[in-house]
Amino acid sequence: MDELWRGLGEAGRLLASGDGEVWGIVVRSLLISLAATAVSLGLGVPVGAGLALARFRGRAPMVGLVHAGMGLPPVGVGLLVSLLLWRSGPLGGLGLLYTPAAMVLAQAIIATPIVAGLTLAAVQGLDPRLRLQLQALGASRAQTVGWLLREARLPLLAAVIAGFGAVISEVGAAIMVGGNIRGETRVLTTATVLEVGRGNFEVAIALTAVLLALTFGVTLALTLLQQQRRS
Amino acid sequence: MATGEPAFRVVCGRRGGQVHSWFLAATLAVGALLAMAPGLARSAVGQEATPGTGPREVILATTTSTQDSGLLDVLVPLFHERTGYDLKPIAVGSGAALELGERGEADVVLAHSPAAEEAFVAAGFAGERRTVMANDFVLVGPKADPAGTSGAASAAEAMAAIAGAEVPFVSRGDESGTHALELRLWEESGIAPGGSWYTESGTGMGDTLNIADDRDAYTLADRGTFLSLRDRLDLEILVEGDRALLNLYHVLTVNPANGPAVNVEGGRAFLGFLLDPATQEIIGGFGLDRFGEALFTPCADDACVVPAVTPAPPPATPAA
Repeated sequence: MDELWRGLGEAGRLLASGDGEVWGIVVRSLLISLAATAVSLGLGVPVGAGLALARFRGRAPMVGLVHAGMGLPPVGVGLLVSLLLWRSGPLGGLGLLYTPAAMVLAQAIIATPIVAGLTLAAVQGLDPRLRLQLQALGASRAQTVGWLLREARLPLLAAVIAGFGAVISEVGAAIMVGGNIRGETRVLTTATVLEVGRGNFEVAIALTAVLLALTFGVTLALTLLQQQRRS
Repeated sequence: MATGEPAFRVVCGRRGGQVHSWFLAATLAVGALLAMAPGLARSAVGQEATPGTGPREVILATTTSTQDSGLLDVLVPLFHERTGYDLKPIAVGSGAALELGERGEADVVLAHSPAAEEAFVAAGFAGERRTVMANDFVLVGPKADPAGTSGAASAAEAMAAIAGAEVPFVSRGDESGTHALELRLWEESGIAPGGSWYTESGTGMGDTLNIADDRDAYTLADRGTFLSLRDRLDLEILVEGDRALLNLYHVLTVNPANGPAVNVEGGRAFLGFLLDPATQEIIGGFGLDRFGEALFTPCADDACVVPAVTPAPPPATPAA
């Protein structure tokens, strides 16, 4: 346990000393995960809302697919994205493997079903009479969907938190498609794996502490935003 | 309709301020994406002063010990400084590194698995294969040495003693160079390892040493990784110095026919850089400050193999 305390001390020291490499890793982790969360919102919210509001053949299996996707194994996604982005793969010409863009892509795939699933639940949880009323008031289809999403904004914020939490803490896909390259694709989780392999447990603990602080900070900010709306 | 729509807008407008601030998080995220765009563009396209005319990005598939020991942290910026190339090291086991080279997913390979490398060359997957540096493997285990390996005449004999006593042994089990050597030693000692005493960790050298330490088990490690972890481990070096434990690192350029986008020039540049006398000197001094001894012996073109540390003929194929 000594190591834990020394690690926490190390975390404070690394951050306070303005260690360029550590700050670089922190900022990179944040940017990549926020970008992936943004992409997953762009895809997941429409899909979730669509599945909640529309009635069509094959809807039930699609809902099942989204729910199953909420538990996508990150290493599996990493492997799939690697196969796509390999030089010899279908998207190899883009030269994206081992870049932050590849990590955003993989993480967005992980987060999208989570966002879609929680959006679906959020919109379905609304009072069905609200929709009828909106339509009675003459809202167009787009206006109805927009208004319903606004009504569901509290649970939707939970979807954002869940999506972000899933990707910033993920290591399997990040290391596979990013390659853990120093200064380019090394993020908090992959750096932790490396430092453990090197036997630098204190640094590893320090990085984990920073990751926790970061996740907690972002989640707290979003939660405050959410709870403020409630009052 | 005409009467309904304005009413709806009024409601919207009244709460609009709140609604907009809700999108703060999303806006932040999009901002992050934009902020990252220049970096993405740079890494994907690369339009700075390019050495030669080819792409300036070189993918190195390497054994984990070069990354875990920290050697690459020294070599990567130096390579950039000398040649302008951006080296992207992907640290995997030697087996996986060669596999990436075979598929043309890497431009140059750094490995320490002689038999697998020779097969790679024989199959025509390599452009060139040269020795870069050496260190050695050591058999480590609990201080008490329950299998009595420290008296063994050779590494293979020590392995036989471990199997005979059925004391725990942790294998890498990942087709790395270390794993390949371990299997060769088992073969030499005429033993097919298995049973409850034999564990395959499936992880890198550092993790495997940690597992062995936790279980009071024996394992085979490269000296560099062991030294870098020694302070935290209760394991000790029990067998060393056997010729069979020599660990030679080779650099292999990748045959451009292996894949669609192999950076031949870049791969060659890295090979040349590693063999350059100035780089060799840096390799020879690496680790002195941190561990009190150098982790690698510079060994361009087998220069290090000849000195009579162990009485053996200078080998072209050291541990076949």
